[in-house]
Amino acid sequence: MQTNEWVFVAISIAVAFVLPAAPIVIARFLQPRKPNKLKLETYECGVETVGDAWVQFKVSYYLYALIFLIFDIEMLFLFPWAVAYNQLGLFALIMMTGFVVILGVGLVYAWRKGALDWQ
Amino acid sequence: MVDFLVSSGWDKNLAVIVASALGAVAVSSLGLVWILVSIWLERKFAGRVQDRLGPNRTGPYGLFQTFADVGKLLTKEDITPAGADKHIYNLAPIMAVASVILIFGVIPFSHNWIGADLNVGALYFVAVGSFATLAVLLAGWASNNKYALLGAFRAIAALISYEVPMILSLAVPVMLAGSMSMQDIVKGQSIAYVFAVPVSALIFFISQLAEVGRSPFDLIEAESEIVAGFNIEYSGMKFAMFYAAEFIHAFVICTLTAVLFFGGWRLFGFGTPGQELMGWITVWAKSFALYIVVMLLRNTLPRIRIDQMMGFNWKFLVPLSLVNFLMVMFLARPFTPDYAAADAAVAAGGLAAVIGGIFGNGFIAELPRTVVLLIANIVLFWGAVSLLRRYGAAQRQLIEARYGTPKAVAPAPATGD
Repeated sequence: MQTNEWVFVAISIAVAFVLPAAPIVIARFLQPRKPNKLKLETYECGVETVGDAWVQFKVSYYLYALIFLIFDIEMLFLFPWAVAYNQLGLFALIMMTGFVVILGVGLVYAWRKGALDWQ
Repeated sequence: MVDFLVSSGWDKNLAVIVASALGAVAVSSLGLVWILVSIWLERKFAGRVQDRLGPNRTGPYGLFQTFADVGKLLTKEDITPAGADKHIYNLAPIMAVASVILIFGVIPFSHNWIGADLNVGALYFVAVGSFATLAVLLAGWASNNKYALLGAFRAIAALISYEVPMILSLAVPVMLAGSMSMQDIVKGQSIAYVFAVPVSALIFFISQLAEVGRSPFDLIEAESEIVAGFNIEYSGMKFAMFYAAEFIHAFVICTLTAVLFFGGWRLFGFGTPGQELMGWITVWAKSFALYIVVMLLRNTLPRIRIDQMMGFNWKFLVPLSLVNFLMVMFLARPFTPDYAAADAAVAAGGLAAVIGGIFGNGFIAELPRTVVLLIANIVLFWGAVSLLRRYGAAQRQLIEARYGTPKAVAPAPATGD
């Protein structure tokens, strides 16, 4: 049974990419195409662009990504545990409490360090 | 379907593939058909909220407005800026739509109308939903436009942040149902989980709303600050694809909330095996009710600042969802529903038989857990809200100390017309 489901997922991935691609391809045949140099310039409020946009970027965005990564890895452990939840004993609950508390301490640390404040 | 094809002389493997393909096309088109309705609905609704008519020229009640728009967009010239990274630039809008269409695959519409009842369904939709985040980053990066890049980075920071409370509150229904399969989660809801864990439902809904980038969290595309955000360079059909992705996503989050917390295809007696259509209608009705909430929020709330958005997530939602998770964890385990005992109680007759006859046997099994969790949730909610109120009052005093108390603005004199 399970294999059938994954066949469905594989096919639906293909379908999901083809469906939105289709109107874009159709539009290709219907639209006028008269590109010129001015039209293809990077649009930045009408002002001429200075340099590339592919530059080094503000660090505050990456701090969130780092914290997110820690939490996301935790989820990986959390979900198998959650599936087995209805058969677990008290010991497993206490273990999970410890796990979540350690995470919470990490969050408090980041908070006190000011990593959560938008600068 | 498979059985039918096999019985009419098809090869088993071929039959599976053909049936899956048909199912995949049907389920995926559902989203695309829905946009046609939803865009009209959204514009009409916004019009009514803002005291105007909304689209009313094309067809009865402006119903064909979306078709007219599609016709226009099809004949618009697609411009790929010279500096852009062409392949990634073209891939991004397709990916944005694909990610939301794929979510429909695991949504149970009735007892056996489901694309694929994966045993990791809950993880699947989280994973596929993250594709949308990737599409935003690809679009912003490949456009080679600073506004687009800025918008994309903002979007990524916001989207991944709100993923944390979303997954933490998603863990709660998984825990209560003891399964990650969407179908099992619905089957576990003899009493909808929203009655047992309303706080989780609320956190899930809010953080999903932020993932979509709907108002009040629409600063991903804040027109007044970063022009249009990540999709500034897109035009014609490619822009329409981002637009479409947002609309389907807004509906998908309602469907997901309906399935995970509002009982999916179950509504009292409806949606039992054999009542496939009723189940289907129930899911859509529930999602639709939630969609109206989303539309109302969009039309009434102002956009919040990015520091407020991140602060609200990391300093309020994440701690709250951690506490909520621990609370549910300790309180729900002693009251794990014993369905066999409930069946026995109903069979023994008396009051249990009467209640079981009305609401089903599962209701009796899940009642103690629901009551305990509901009381705890109300206490938690009250605590969280009073914390927020205290914080708001402190902020207000801070501002008033700096700028003085706001003067009452005299109402504009009525002018007769």
